[in-house]
Amino acid sequence: MNYTFIVKVENKPGVLNRVSSLFRRRNFNIESLAVGRTENPDVSRMTIVVDCPNGDVDAHKLEANLYKLVNVIDVQDVTRQPSVTRDLALIKVKVGPERRAEVNGLADIFRAHIVDVAPDSVIVEITGTEDKIEGMIELLRPIGIMEMVRTGQISMTRGALDGVRRMPGTVGSRYDDIMDLAEMMP
Amino acid sequence: MKLKGAEIVWECLVREGVEVVFGYPGGANMPIYDAMLNYPIHHVLVRHEQGGAHMADGYARASGKVGVSMATSGPGATNLVTGIATAMMDSVPVVFITGQVAAHLIGGDAFQEIDVTGITLPITKHNYLVTRADEIAETIREAFYVAKSGRPGPVLIDICKNAQVESCEFIYPAEVELSGYKPVMHSPRPLLDEAVKLIEKAKRPVILCGHGVIMSKAEEELMQFAVKTQTPVANTLLGLGAFPASHELNLGMMGMHGEVHTNLAIQNADLILAFGMRFDDRVTGTLKTYAPKAKKIHIEIDPAEVHKNVFADVPLVGDLKTVLRDMIPLLDEYDHDEWKQEISKWRSEADARSIMNWPEDGKLYVAHLIGDIWKASGGGAIVTTDVGQHQMWTAQYYQLEAPNRWITSGGAGTMGFGLPSAIGAWFAAKDQEIWAVAGDGGFQMTAAELTTAVQEGANVKVAIMNNNFLGMVRQWQEFFFEKRYSAVNMRTPDFVKLAEAHGVPARRVTSRDEVDDAIEWARKTPGPVVLEFKVEQEDAVYPMVPAGAALHEMLQRPVKQ
Ligand SMILES: Cc1ncc(C[n+]2csc(CCOP(=O)(O)OP(=O)(O)O)c2C)c(N)n1
Repeated sequence: MNYTFIVKVENKPGVLNRVSSLFRRRNFNIESLAVGRTENPDVSRMTIVVDCPNGDVDAHKLEANLYKLVNVIDVQDVTRQPSVTRDLALIKVKVGPERRAEVNGLADIFRAHIVDVAPDSVIVEITGTEDKIEGMIELLRPIGIMEMVRTGQISMTRGALDGVRRMPGTVGSRYDDIMDLAEMMP
Repeated sequence: MKLKGAEIVWECLVREGVEVVFGYPGGANMPIYDAMLNYPIHHVLVRHEQGGAHMADGYARASGKVGVSMATSGPGATNLVTGIATAMMDSVPVVFITGQVAAHLIGGDAFQEIDVTGITLPITKHNYLVTRADEIAETIREAFYVAKSGRPGPVLIDICKNAQVESCEFIYPAEVELSGYKPVMHSPRPLLDEAVKLIEKAKRPVILCGHGVIMSKAEEELMQFAVKTQTPVANTLLGLGAFPASHELNLGMMGMHGEVHTNLAIQNADLILAFGMRFDDRVTGTLKTYAPKAKKIHIEIDPAEVHKNVFADVPLVGDLKTVLRDMIPLLDEYDHDEWKQEISKWRSEADARSIMNWPEDGKLYVAHLIGDIWKASGGGAIVTTDVGQHQMWTAQYYQLEAPNRWITSGGAGTMGFGLPSAIGAWFAAKDQEIWAVAGDGGFQMTAAELTTAVQEGANVKVAIMNNNFLGMVRQWQEFFFEKRYSAVNMRTPDFVKLAEAHGVPARRVTSRDEVDDAIEWARKTPGPVVLEFKVEQEDAVYPMVPAGAALHEMLQRPVKQ
């Protein structure tokens, strides 16, 4: 199952490399990783989607290992938290004037935008959840996708809610989570 | 005060209390070596950077302080790699300082430019690339803090040449401020209560004492805990010495070459108290059948070790000393007499097979020799080992009464570790007797450091257990590959001549009646000494839990007719 983590790290050179190297070293599979600046110039924020075949046991392992990195400030698991999740895709569709209206119509349904028009292609920009984007791609595929790029998922929890922090000693961690984990271990 | 970067390096090292640095110069760290002449820190010129890394490691383990090792860029730094990984696997605090090409040349494949922070990223606790002089002070301060706090480990600082020669205002930061890195000290009270409840119920408890006890300097607390609850103490390879071997609650070493009664106690326990250890495969055997009846309480500073191999019913993340201090007042007293008697019974059955009870047959057995060295040194020496059969025999038979005297490469199992780590330890404890026990194979990996020992007058006694085999590999081939010996038969140089060529007095011992005299001679001769023992070639280390077998499925020494 895919888990989503929000990871805050110090904004220093090489930190992305440390994080991705850790995932490789500990044998985790990254589905997507998006990183960027935040409201605080000293902090970068990553949204990492990871395949965790053993569920919460893996999630625990991953969080604990992230905290081994000196530059990691905070890790939250937002997989089951109410949160806003977005991905952005640019899709270049091979389409001449005769079928442009059809693409336009699809874009409207998905609240996507045509952001570039060339004689035999258009670029569609779509934001939304993974599912929504996949849905749009399915419908555009028969028309002819020439090129596609995606940012990877970014997430933010709703309102004042935080994600789950499993690590003892970290801000707001809940020790009962560790005890819950007890039930799940093999 | 305006200083050059290279001077700032030494200013900081002096303030960190560094007494000795093990290193090797080259193009990219020459400014640091030039500035060194003005500072009161002793530099040991090693013969290979790997030796320098192991010396800093041995120094750290013997002193409880942070070791420091230096190398130049490129091949100098890559020669450190084995030593860095060795320190990493055993959580030893060492700061490595390497020179790097000037910042503006980075990425251009300049002479001796190698991506050292890249290479060492997975084998350091943390590393830094310093490109400007004004980053040096803060980085060194931080590096020492990171190396020794939390779960200790090696930290590498790669300093560009321009940063060494440029000048800036020297400000030594008063404190280290890291926004994310904050090792946990205390475990929460509700979890402590859970642990106490399990301890109350236990009838067959065992403490597993790991390296963390020594790292956290929690020997005193371990003793109080064990005595108050009358819980027997088993040791990991690196936990040896944290609890006195002669104590009635001491069980000795657990695991692959652990003692029979110790492994049986673990397999039959109803409560495992794991103190600062990480359930390495060498101590658990197959996990499927590991301590099947036991609840587990795991006290560990690194949250990533909790639930990693063995599920902990009560995980107590925190500094061991602190957690034990919090917990001891909550405990009742117990006697566990029945349990202790049961273990004693296993112990006496196993003792009958011990090689120590063999009649003399004139041959030299490593186990006996370790016993001889133990007797001669009154059990009080610092003992380092290389890796292989002799390492296990030393662990089994050099009975340790105190911590920080047992220096061996556990997690990495790095051959070549014995001699250099002993030299490093000597700088931490110059008045103490020091023995380095090595096999003929491993000794040859770093033998060049003999001349370092001579140059420094390091008072280390080297015992080479020469079986003309890569003994441990030979043993595995004997047991698990139908005795098909492949690449283990080893011709050795004349170790006596080799030692003497380095200026080290040496003797070869081929028979039982020369042993005591040779050991006494080595102890009385000042400075480094080499003893070569021509030992029984095809002896095997027992007991042995074959890799992947259950912990109680031990091969035992055949009874001698
Ligand atoms: C650097 C390194 N290379 C290879 C090994 C694999 N290895 C483990 S024990 C051993 C044999 C060691 O032989 P020797 O030093 O003669 O000691 P003995 O086992 O005979 O006591 C080998 C080759 C290792 N641990 N380290």
